Amino acid sequence: MTEIHGWGRYPVIEAQIHYPDSRSSAQDLVRRINSSTVIGRGLGRSYGDSSLAPQVLDTEMLNLLHSFNPETGIVCCGAGVTFADLLEVFLPLGWFPPITPGTKFVTVGGAIASDIHGKNHHLHGCFSEYVEQFNILISNGEILRCSRMEHADLFHATCGGMGLTGLVLDARFRLKPVRSAYVDCTILKSGSLEETLALITQHHDSTYTVAWIDCLAQGAALGRALISLGEHAESGELTPPQRRDANIPLDVPKGLLNSFTIRAFNALYYHRISGKSLQQTMDYDKFFYPLDRIHQWNRLYGKNGFVQYQFVIPTTAGMTGMSTFLRKIADSRAGSFLAVLKILGKENNNLLSFPMEGYALALDFQITPGLFELLDELDSLVLHHGGRIYLAKDARMSASTFQKTYPRLPEFRAIRTKYGAEKMFSSCQSLRLGI
Amino acid sequence: MPISASGNLIMQKILIIGATSAIAEATAKRYAKQGAALYLLARNEERLQDLARDLEIRGASSVAYALFEANEFTSHASLLNRAFNIVGNIDIALIAHGSLGNQKACEKEFDSTLHELNTNAISFISLLTHLANYFEKSGQGTIVAIGSVAGDRGRQSNYVYGTAKGAVAIFLQGMRHRLYKSGVSVITIKPGFVDTPMTRSFKKNALWVDADTIAAGIEKSIKRKKDVAYIPSWWGMIMFLIRALPEFAFKKTSL
Repeated sequence: MTEIHGWGRYPVIEAQIHYPDSRSSAQDLVRRINSSTVIGRGLGRSYGDSSLAPQVLDTEMLNLLHSFNPETGIVCCGAGVTFADLLEVFLPLGWFPPITPGTKFVTVGGAIASDIHGKNHHLHGCFSEYVEQFNILISNGEILRCSRMEHADLFHATCGGMGLTGLVLDARFRLKPVRSAYVDCTILKSGSLEETLALITQHHDSTYTVAWIDCLAQGAALGRALISLGEHAESGELTPPQRRDANIPLDVPKGLLNSFTIRAFNALYYHRISGKSLQQTMDYDKFFYPLDRIHQWNRLYGKNGFVQYQFVIPTTAGMTGMSTFLRKIADSRAGSFLAVLKILGKENNNLLSFPMEGYALALDFQITPGLFELLDELDSLVLHHGGRIYLAKDARMSASTFQKTYPRLPEFRAIRTKYGAEKMFSSCQSLRLGI
Repeated sequence: MPISASGNLIMQKILIIGATSAIAEATAKRYAKQGAALYLLARNEERLQDLARDLEIRGASSVAYALFEANEFTSHASLLNRAFNIVGNIDIALIAHGSLGNQKACEKEFDSTLHELNTNAISFISLLTHLANYFEKSGQGTIVAIGSVAGDRGRQSNYVYGTAKGAVAIFLQGMRHRLYKSGVSVITIKPGFVDTPMTRSFKKNALWVDADTIAAGIEKSIKRKKDVAYIPSWWGMIMFLIRALPEFAFKKTSL
C-alpha cells in the first residue's frame, strides 16, 4: 500500500498501485482485479482526487513511442508518454503539442481523461480535437479502438471522462508544426477588471492569451492584471539552451504563504512591468511552463496542501459575474497566489468536458478554516451564473453542484453502463460526485 | 557524441545488456537521440520489440536485439559473439540487468542467496570475461557496469545484494587495471537510491532519484572516462563516511 494524493496534496489516501507494462499485462490485471474502485493514473497532476482510488493502474510503464509520421506530425504512443517526452523528442524536429496545459508533466492518457485545454482554447479547442483514436481497456478485459467513427459514444465519454470509462492504453494524435522553440510574447498591463476583459477581447486573435490577475487587489484596482499574449516565433533555434531547474525538496513550514506575503508578492509581480506593455521573445519552456522549473512547487503550500479552484462562467455573465467573484475573493483575504484568467471558446461534444464559451478563472487556496465554506459560496455563484467547475482541479465540489452543472451526466452514466465501466472504474472524486 | 579529426560526429555503437531495465532504457533513449546504433539484450521480448521501435523514433540509427537470460551462463559467449559480428566495433558495452532479492528470504534459504549471487554477480562476471577479451583485442572502447553503493560495505539490511555488487566492483577494478594498457575504459557505476520498478516497495524520500538521473550520470562518466562514479555524486561523500566508520563501531549501529 502506498500513500497517494493529487498535486494539491489534499486529500491523501492509501492505495495499491499496479504498473502494467504492456497491453497484455494490463488485460491480465483488469481480469484479475476484483474491485469496483479502480482508476487509471498518469503523473497524478490533477489537483484533487481524480486519480485516487484504492486500486490504481499507473501508466508509468506505458511510456513508449509507437510511431511518428514526420510529414504529418501524427504520433502514436503509450498513454504514459508525457508532454515533456513529446517536447524532448519532437520539438527539435519542428513539432509542438497543439494544445498544452500549464505543465509539461502530464501524460497523454491524462490529457485525454481531463480533455485538457490551454491558453489557445478560444481558437483551437481541447486536446481531444487533435486525437484521432485511442485504444481503451474496458472492465471485461477487452481492448476497444475508439475514434469519432468507431465506438464514437465511448470516444466522447472518455475524452474528459476522468478515467471512468476504462484505461486508455495508447493514443494517436497530431502535433502541430512550429518553426522555432521560441515564443514572441507581449505583456500588457491593465488597471482594472474592465480593462482586463477589454484587452483580452481586443486581442482575441492572439494565439495564446492568458491573464495573471492580482486577486487581492480591491476597489478600483479590482481585477488588475498582466495579460500575456503569445505567438510561436517564426525564427530561432528549435532546441533552446538547457537551464537548471530549482527544486523544493522539503515541505515548507505552514503559514509561509499568507495574505501578507502573497499581497507583497502580487504587488511586486504586477509592478515589474513599469510601462503599459512589454515585448519579449522567450523560449517555450518559460512561456508555457514557468512553474515546471520549480520542481515540487506545490510544497510551498506546506504539508497540509492546498486546493485549486477553477471555474468558467459564460461570456454573457462576463464583467458583472467576474467582478462579483473577485470581490468575494478579495474580501475573504483567502489570499490566492496564482490567479489565472483565460478566455474559452465553445464547448465540444465530449460529455464531461469543462470548457464553455466564456471566462475561466483558476485560483489556489491554502487550506485554512473557513475555506470550504467560502468555496461552497463560490459554487453557488458559479451555479447562479450558469458556469461550471473543472474536474481536473476539483477536490471538494458537492454532488449536487456537479450534477446541476454537467447536464450530459445521464448520457455519461448510460455509456458507463453500456461498456461495463460502472462495475470497475471509479475514483474518490467520482464517488463524491455521485457519477 | 565524439567528434572525429575532421570535425564530424561519430555514430556510437552501443551494446546494452539488461536493456529493458529502467536505467538501461533511460540510457538507451539518451544515446538514441544522438543517433547511436544500439544492440539490446534482455529477456522480455514484447518489451524489447516496443523499446526498439521507440528508440528508432527517438533517432537511433539502427536498433537490433536478441533474447538473453542472465543466468544461462553457457549462452553468453555465443550471444555476445553474435552481437560483435552484427554490430562491428562496439564502442560502449553496458551491463544493466539485476534483481534486488529479499534479504530475509536469503537469510533463511541458501537457494535464494545463490540465485541473487548468480543474477547480480556471476552473470556479470561471465559477461565481463567475454567482453574483456573482445575489447582487449579491439584496443578501444568502454565497458560500463551498474554496481551500487550497497557494494561498498556489508550491512545487515542488504548484505547479499551488497556482496554481489561488491564482488562485481572488485572484478571491474581488476579488469580496469588489466585493460588500461589496451586503451579500454572500465567504469563502475554506483547509483544510490533509484526509483525504478525494482524498488517499488520502498518508501521514497528526498534521497531518491529517477532512472534518467542515473542515465545522465552514465553518459557523463563515459564522456569523461571516469573509473568509479557515484550517482548522484554526493553519494561518494556519504559512502566515504560509511566506509570510514571502524568495524567495532559500525556493527553496533542499526544502519
